[in-house]
Amino acid sequence: MENAKFDEHHILHELKHYLPSQTPLKDFIHHNSLHAFQNLKFYDAIFKASKIFGYQATLQLDEFRKLYQTGRINDAILDRIIIERKGILNLQKWKHFVLNEQYDDSTTPRIGLLRSEWKSKYKISLDNLVQPLLFRVLASYLDQGISMWEFPLDKNGFLATIKALEKHSYSSLFKTNRAKKLLFENPSITNLLEIIVGDEKYYNQYLFDQQFSHRGWSGMVATVEEKPDTLFDTRIISLNDLIIFELLLEIDALNDKLGKKWNPITHAINQQPLDLFAEVLTTELHDVLKIFQDAFEWSYYDVVLSGIQINNKINKSKISTKSFQAIFCIDERECSIRRNVETADSNCETLGCPGFFGVEFYFQPQGAKFYDKLCPAPVTPNYLIKELNVEREHLHEALYTRKAHTFLAGYVSTFLLGFWSAVRLLQHLFKPKMSPAIANAFSHMHKEATLTIENKNVDDIENGLQIGFTIDEMSIRVENLLKGIGLIKEFAPIIYVVGHGSSSANNPHHGAHDCGACSGRPGSVNARVFAHMANHPKVREQLSKNGIYIPETTQFIGALHDTAADQIEYYDESILNDSNKIAHQKNSLSFEYALDLNAKERSRRFSSINTKQDIKKVRKAILDRSVSLFEPRPELGHGTNTLCIVGERKITKGLFLDRRAFLNSYNYKTDLNGDLLIGVMRPLGPVCGGINLEYYFSRVDNQKLGAGTKLPHNVMGLFGVANSSDGDLRPGLPWQMIEVHDPVRLLIIVEHFPEIVLKTIQSSPEMYEWFINEWVHVAAIHPETNEIFYFKDGAFNLYQPFENNISTKDIHALIEDAKEMETNNIVHATQENLPVYLHK
Amino acid sequence: MEHLLQLFVYLPLLAFFISLFIDGKKEKPLANIAIISISFHALILLAITTLWISDNCTTIDYKHLILYKSEKFEFFINFYFDKTTAFFALVGALVSLSVTIFSKFYMHRDEGYKRFFNTLLFFYLGYNFVIFSGNFETLFIGWEILGITSFLLISFYRDRYLPVKNGLKVISLYRLGDVCLIVAMWMAHHIFHKNITFHELQTAGFLTDLLIEHPVYIQTMCLLIVVAVSIKSAQMPFSSWLARAMEGPTVSSAIFYGSLSVHLGIFLLIRSSPLWESNVIIKILIVTIGLFTSIIASSIASVQSSVKTQIAYSSITQIGIMFIEVALGFHLLVLIHFAGNAFLRTYQLLVSPSVLGYLIHDMVFTHIPKQHASDNSVLTKFKNTIFLLNIREWNIDMYLYKLLWNPFKWIGKSFNFLDKIASLTLVSLLYFIGIINLFSTNFIPESIVILLDIFYAILAFVFIVKAFTERNNAIRAWLYIITSQLLIALAISMNEHIDFMHIAMYLSGILGAAIVGLICLLKIKAIDNDISLNYFHGYAHEKKGLAAIFLLCCLALLGFPFTPTFIGIDLLFTYIHTHETILIISIALGFILIEIAVLRIYARLFLGQHKKAYHPIAYRSS
Repeated sequence: MENAKFDEHHILHELKHYLPSQTPLKDFIHHNSLHAFQNLKFYDAIFKASKIFGYQATLQLDEFRKLYQTGRINDAILDRIIIERKGILNLQKWKHFVLNEQYDDSTTPRIGLLRSEWKSKYKISLDNLVQPLLFRVLASYLDQGISMWEFPLDKNGFLATIKALEKHSYSSLFKTNRAKKLLFENPSITNLLEIIVGDEKYYNQYLFDQQFSHRGWSGMVATVEEKPDTLFDTRIISLNDLIIFELLLEIDALNDKLGKKWNPITHAINQQPLDLFAEVLTTELHDVLKIFQDAFEWSYYDVVLSGIQINNKINKSKISTKSFQAIFCIDERECSIRRNVETADSNCETLGCPGFFGVEFYFQPQGAKFYDKLCPAPVTPNYLIKELNVEREHLHEALYTRKAHTFLAGYVSTFLLGFWSAVRLLQHLFKPKMSPAIANAFSHMHKEATLTIENKNVDDIENGLQIGFTIDEMSIRVENLLKGIGLIKEFAPIIYVVGHGSSSANNPHHGAHDCGACSGRPGSVNARVFAHMANHPKVREQLSKNGIYIPETTQFIGALHDTAADQIEYYDESILNDSNKIAHQKNSLSFEYALDLNAKERSRRFSSINTKQDIKKVRKAILDRSVSLFEPRPELGHGTNTLCIVGERKITKGLFLDRRAFLNSYNYKTDLNGDLLIGVMRPLGPVCGGINLEYYFSRVDNQKLGAGTKLPHNVMGLFGVANSSDGDLRPGLPWQMIEVHDPVRLLIIVEHFPEIVLKTIQSSPEMYEWFINEWVHVAAIHPETNEIFYFKDGAFNLYQPFENNISTKDIHALIEDAKEMETNNIVHATQENLPVYLHK
Repeated sequence: MEHLLQLFVYLPLLAFFISLFIDGKKEKPLANIAIISISFHALILLAITTLWISDNCTTIDYKHLILYKSEKFEFFINFYFDKTTAFFALVGALVSLSVTIFSKFYMHRDEGYKRFFNTLLFFYLGYNFVIFSGNFETLFIGWEILGITSFLLISFYRDRYLPVKNGLKVISLYRLGDVCLIVAMWMAHHIFHKNITFHELQTAGFLTDLLIEHPVYIQTMCLLIVVAVSIKSAQMPFSSWLARAMEGPTVSSAIFYGSLSVHLGIFLLIRSSPLWESNVIIKILIVTIGLFTSIIASSIASVQSSVKTQIAYSSITQIGIMFIEVALGFHLLVLIHFAGNAFLRTYQLLVSPSVLGYLIHDMVFTHIPKQHASDNSVLTKFKNTIFLLNIREWNIDMYLYKLLWNPFKWIGKSFNFLDKIASLTLVSLLYFIGIINLFSTNFIPESIVILLDIFYAILAFVFIVKAFTERNNAIRAWLYIITSQLLIALAISMNEHIDFMHIAMYLSGILGAAIVGLICLLKIKAIDNDISLNYFHGYAHEKKGLAAIFLLCCLALLGFPFTPTFIGIDLLFTYIHTHETILIISIALGFILIEIAVLRIYARLFLGQHKKAYHPIAYRSS
């Protein structure tokens, strides 16, 4: 950052780059919380961000030490990491540093030093004077539908609205005339900084101090500026507007407190302007934390890699006739349901791919005024799929009426609704059930609806989007997906395409539990669309021309798995032929049993459910949980995600990975040159890496990078949450979601030749950045020698795991023996994150 | 049957004590104690209500326990049961029970799980003290408990800045209301020459003569009560605290600020209605407050863009209407209105996180883009003006702050010279003279003595203000507070030939607390020689035990109802005569500020963002 010359345009760009980029909560898309630092190596980035903004960048030193004492950080691995980093000669010295040396590990950030001078020099807290009003005005302006009296908007945006209001009213947002007068002079940021800061050398620092004193609101404004469509009720606002308004409020507050004559802050201070982004020197403590973090990660990775290696050596009998196949999302929550489906029917085969199933489009529910994007966030689809021919019962809940907040209707409602609400409350407590106010994954698309999947006429265009896909477009998508997951022969009679979503009650963050590959929405439409495409005779015709022969008897069926309620719903079952109808009946029993097992496996983490009771009762308890208003943890989301395995199911089948692995099916044999691998691996960084890093940062600093506990959250304007009426927005994940998460980076394991994997990750700079800068780890399993190669500093090197004995466990016993966590301190909270076991 | 009434406070008290001794990690017993005791409470309540109804709803009045008795003064706990009690108790039990069950799961693994249930039970105790009280003294015990539990629940997330700041803000206003009540009680003693019960107030003809005899006193007393209830029920001009109080877990906001706590103003208004029923001025005042509040608050509610503040203002609106109903004498209507509002707001708050999903879903199907029509008519201008005022909550908060606290800050600053050694010596000397005079009467001429007690009272007040405005040194502030307490004791001792037992009673709680508190402060100072009150230190993070002990000291110093000081305060007030205006004003103002000063020391040192950032620290603005 250049301090000498002040460039408004540049600083706005910089600010937007570093501010949180979380969109309104209705579209929850996981991303790396420190995306702005991704051009640096992971450790350099986190320590730099920590120095600038005061974030806690890793676990605390004493937490690491406790993890070491409890054995979760392996001693041998710790030694190995020290030797790698510091050389064998320094092992004893550094081991002492790591385990016993006293360090001052408190952070003293660079941000905020300049602006705090108002407090130290003039005893004025600008934050207290400006923020409550600023936040309220922003919230009211952006509000999507909480308030009954909407902001009197001007079509030219935020500042124009403020001006219009000031002009056409007898009251004012300002206390003094000076600020009001300035507003109408259309000042630039520079003009106002001249008044408040004075010396140009300090402008950048001041703006960073100011905007990062409420990074939540600033981030939201910057995001809305960038993507106005992210709000249904669109608003025109820019970071520039926000800064000008805030500076005016500051001038107003200063004039009010200090009288008409006061000097810019730089006239009163001695400190030199600070380059916030100057180099951060590496300290001994940094090295200790790096060693610990590496050791913590490898204590787990090592067992995993060795488990995979051992598992690969075990000969598995090949399934002769497959009863059915099921394609799930790569989501690590589906890792267990796949295992359980295979347990329920040992003749089935499961596969995994990103849950939008390669079909990208906007979806319009019948009667909806907006489109839902159903594909990964960076993709912009050209297609529209409409839901038709259903009566969508639009259910209301009287108790949510805004009229209850008015004078007269409010008076009547206290009598009419008041006593009804007492009855409802008791119902919720003792008999929780689905209601219109609960986010229901299955209501995203109506089961009986018709979808406009096939494009009949290329001129069928709505708002620039083509309605449906042509045969060619369908064929390409189906072929790509099938080839990507290596499913090009040996098709079973029924292939289930299972999307996922999540139902939860009283949860503003429910979007974070839905499918990340569908922009934080349930994947039901995608599953159904893909199944329809793959069943289409003309598509099959095209596919056979390209060498993929799907037998006529094979049928695809879309389905949706609710990861919170552990329920499943199938679509278009009526198309099944007679023999498949019978098979489907049998299969759905297998799915039911698998869901029972899955519910039981998940219940291990929930102290309110007794895992050992009858499995049907456990299942019911899990279902109730997803509709209970008093339950802040309907499910644990992506908590514990750590692995991403790209390869055939056989390398993970038989391994107990404890719902920690994203599983992407891929067969190197069908792609020896790795052409398809590029497409398979491209989304892994942004999607899986993004999820993993958001969980990492929300875990290590839940206060600054996470949303804190969700219990006091107050919904602001239907786009975010804050803790109190006058508080900053809280982007990031709430404590209840990250509680069981081990903050370790993602390890991607690819079954292919190391040179091909290297070529793949180097295929584009954006992809390579994730790996070379160590934001995610990657290892290759040599398909022929079963050796493991780990990528570091631009090359794959042979890795020899320590652990070479993986025990075999009975999963039922393992789940039932789980201990309740003592506290939610990292040491207790994550001790049930199990290592890898072999299972039968 | 009347004996059973005491169960309603002993049961929560017992549950509260048990819950204090349960290990914080044991969630089930902690929650179950609360659930079982409140359920049991509700069952007894149902039984008694049934009996009471079968007994033709005859009011029950039960003099339970005489805490102190002398010839001219009697301090006793009195219980009472009538229609109003029945309504408040039943609604209270149902809401509390539901919220407790809700919290059992909702609060799971929250760091303050135990603290929450302790405070909830303590709150329930206070609530029942208030609604079953048969006299002002008993009610006041509950009233005090509610004040402090409010503070503890608002600043529940004590490691963040805003909850602590808002907790202090709310308790400051509450304190103003409490002192209004103390003074009202003092006036009642002088009007009735005894500790009056609500039952006596209800008795026909009891008040007739007194109303003629002491019209001004009774009117003033009513005015004070109206201020106290307006604060408690967040009426204008004290409304803005309610929105700021939504800092704790959603469940605590629901039970406190959605339903039970805010309606206690209504309760006291009903209880005190015999005093003002025939007074047109007071009735007009109450109607005006109610009407004004409900109009303004509903208007503010309409522009709120956050769910919880919207609920807060709509609840205030309804309570405003209840004020009007009480003033007009519709007691049954107001009780039904209270029940409906309490249930509805509790529900709305508990489900407030759902609003996001529900309304967004609604928007998908019903949204119609707005037309931006700009017209500059006078009507638009007028509308915009109201809109802006609503956004700023009519600036009431700012004016109230300036009006209430700025004068004290100014006084504090003007007495800076007292910091000098010389001045302190002079004060000590004066104090010494006062003491000598106490023991050897007639040492100082009578005419000077009359002035001296006022002088001491004012000096006591000045010291409290100094403690209130002290920014640099917590120990100094603490010592100022102790000095002021000694001066108050002396001032009152000078005032009349006093029973030394009473002074001893007053000082007993204070002195012990003062010394233990001082030790706590010295221990904190020893950590890194920094006890400035300019910012929050957040020592509760590393010194949990010390924080708890110091809080107890603060409460004891304030005469919280677990020390003899509580009765002592009441006793001391009886020595002050009705004509001693300066004395009563300075002592009353002192009582307002002392609690704020003491809790501020606690908050600044132990709460807020921890100053040592070796662990995640929340942003100041979050």
